[in-house]
Amino acid sequence: MVTGHGPLERAVRLWLPVGFFLVLALFPFYWMAITSIKPNAELYNRNVMPLIVHAPTLKHYVDLLTKTSFLLWTWNTMLIAIVSTAISLVLGTMLAYPLARMRFAGASLIAMTVAAVYLVPQPLLFIPLADVINRLDLGNTLTSVILTYPTMLVPFCAWLLLGYFKTVPKELEEAARIDGASRMQTVLNIFLPLCMPGFISAGIFAFTLSQNEFLYALIFLTKTTVRTVPVGVIAELIRGDVFYWGQLMAGALLGSIPVALIYSFFVEHYVAGLTGSIKG
Amino acid sequence: MTVASQRLVGVRRTAPRRTSLKVLLDREPVFSWLLMALPLLFLACLVGYPFVYGLLLSLQDRPVAQAGTFVGFQNFVVNFHDPVFWQVAINTFVYTGVATLLKMVGGLCLAVAMNQHFRMKNLVRALLLLPFIVPTVLSTVAWMWMLDPAFSVVNRLLVALGWPKPGPSWLGDPTLAMISIIVINTWRGLPFYGITLLAGLQTVPPELYEAATIDGAGGWQRFRFVTLPLLRPIILIVTLFSVIFTFADFQLVYVLTHGGPQNATNLFATYAFDIAMGAGQLGLGASVALAMLPALAVLIVALTIYMRRN
Repeated sequence: MVTGHGPLERAVRLWLPVGFFLVLALFPFYWMAITSIKPNAELYNRNVMPLIVHAPTLKHYVDLLTKTSFLLWTWNTMLIAIVSTAISLVLGTMLAYPLARMRFAGASLIAMTVAAVYLVPQPLLFIPLADVINRLDLGNTLTSVILTYPTMLVPFCAWLLLGYFKTVPKELEEAARIDGASRMQTVLNIFLPLCMPGFISAGIFAFTLSQNEFLYALIFLTKTTVRTVPVGVIAELIRGDVFYWGQLMAGALLGSIPVALIYSFFVEHYVAGLTGSIKG
Repeated sequence: MTVASQRLVGVRRTAPRRTSLKVLLDREPVFSWLLMALPLLFLACLVGYPFVYGLLLSLQDRPVAQAGTFVGFQNFVVNFHDPVFWQVAINTFVYTGVATLLKMVGGLCLAVAMNQHFRMKNLVRALLLLPFIVPTVLSTVAWMWMLDPAFSVVNRLLVALGWPKPGPSWLGDPTLAMISIIVINTWRGLPFYGITLLAGLQTVPPELYEAATIDGAGGWQRFRFVTLPLLRPIILIVTLFSVIFTFADFQLVYVLTHGGPQNATNLFATYAFDIAMGAGQLGLGASVALAMLPALAVLIVALTIYMRRN
C-alpha cells in the first residue's frame, strides 16, 4: 500500500496518523504515572504547569502499600486470575477437543451453544447469580469468583482452542492410534504437547479478562480482606466525596503492571488470541 | 475423516485385542460425551440455571433476603410506565450506536495507517493495544481524574488554548457526560478494532492493489473497491462483538458517573444494578436486565451463525 516516497509525504501518511493514535492511547497512562509521583501541593495547585513533575515523591506509593490493603488485593487478584484461568483451560480443552476432532450427533449444536454462551454478557446474569451465590453461602469468599469467572472464560477458551486445534495436523494422533494407544493416551501424550501456543494465547487472554472483571467481584466481595484490585481501588480509595488522587493513580498504575508485563512478554500470542477470538 | 477412521479400524485388526470396555470408551461419541460432560454440566449449572432463574425472577416481586411472590408481568408493566426506564433505553442505544461508529471509523483509520512498513512497528502495535489490555476500572479512574471538575488536565489545556475559564463541566452536564463515556469507551475499544482489522488487511494480496493501480485507481478508489470489500466479513464480526459488549457495558459508567447526572448516562446494566443491588428489588432488577435480551438475542444469534459459517 506504500506509494509515498518523499520524507514529507511519509511524515504525513505515516507518522502524523500513527503519532496521533499513539498520543491518544498513551496520554492517560502518562497522566496516571506523573500524578502518582506528584506531591499533593503540586497536584492541587492550579498555578503549576501540570504536564511535568516538579518535585517527585513516592509518598503516594508508600501510603498505598502501608495504609491500605493494596498488597492483599493484588494477591487476591492474582490468585483468582491464575486459578480461574487454569480451570477454564482444562474445561475448555475438554469441550474443544471433541468438537475439533470427533464425529458425533449433536456436535454442531454443542459448538453453537458454546459460541452463544461465550457472547452472553455478564449483566444479563448477575442478579440471579448473586442469589445463587448467596444461597450457596459463598458471599465474601474467593471461591465465589473462582467459580463464576469460568462461566465466561470456559466458553471463551473452548472457542479459541477449537480454532487452534483444527490447525494442528491429525497425522501424529492417527499414528499413535495405529500403534495401539487409547484415545485418552493419544490426547494426553501426543496431542496436548503440540498445542502449547494455543494454550498460551488462550491463557493470557483469559488471565487479562479475569484481571479486568469487575461486576461479579463488586457484588460478591464486600469485605476488605477478599477484595480484588479494581474493587478495592474503587470502594476504598474513594471515600465519600474525598478522592485520594495520588494514591488512586499509584493504585491504578500498580494494578495495571501485572497485565502489562505478561502482555509485553507474549504480545504475539495475545494478538493471535485477539484475532482468534473472533474467528471460528 | 470418515475414510481415515475406517482405514484405521482395518489396520488395528492385527493389534492385540482390547477388553470391550476399552473399545467402548474409544468410540468417538462415547469418548466425546464423557470428555464434554464436566464442562457442559458446569455451564448448565452456572449459566443455564441462572439464566432460567433470572427469567423466573423477573416475574416475581422479590425483595432481597425475602421470599418472592409471583406477579406475572407486573415488573415489565412498571418499567413500561417508568420514564427513567425509557431514558435508560435511549441512553443505551445512543451510547452503543455512537461509540460503535467511532470505533469502526477510527479503527479502520488506525489499521490503514499501521499497514505500512516502518521501524519498530511491533512496538508501536503493542503500545497501541495498551488501552485494551489495562483493566477498564483502572484506566477509567485515570480518565475521571483527567476530567475532574476542579483540576481537569483537559480543561487546563483547553483554557491554555483560549477556552473561557473554567472550561466545560465534563461529568456534571448531561450531554457532556454522555460524550465523556462515549469517548472513553471508544478510547478503550478502538485498538481492538484497529489491530483485528490490521490482521485482516495484512491478508489482502498486494497483487490486487497493483492490478487496481494499473487500472488507474487512486488511493481512495483502491481503499473503496479493494480493501473495503475484502475486509467486510471481519468488520462485520468485530462490529457485532463490540456492539454486544458495549450494549451491556457496566464498569465504565459505574465508575465514572454512576449513571448521573440525573440518569443522563444510566445504561440498562447500571440501572438494573441500582434497582437490584441498591434498592434490593431483585425481581424488578432482573426485568430491567432482561429488557436487553431481545436486542442481545438477535445479535448473538446473528454472530453465532456468522462465525459458524466462516
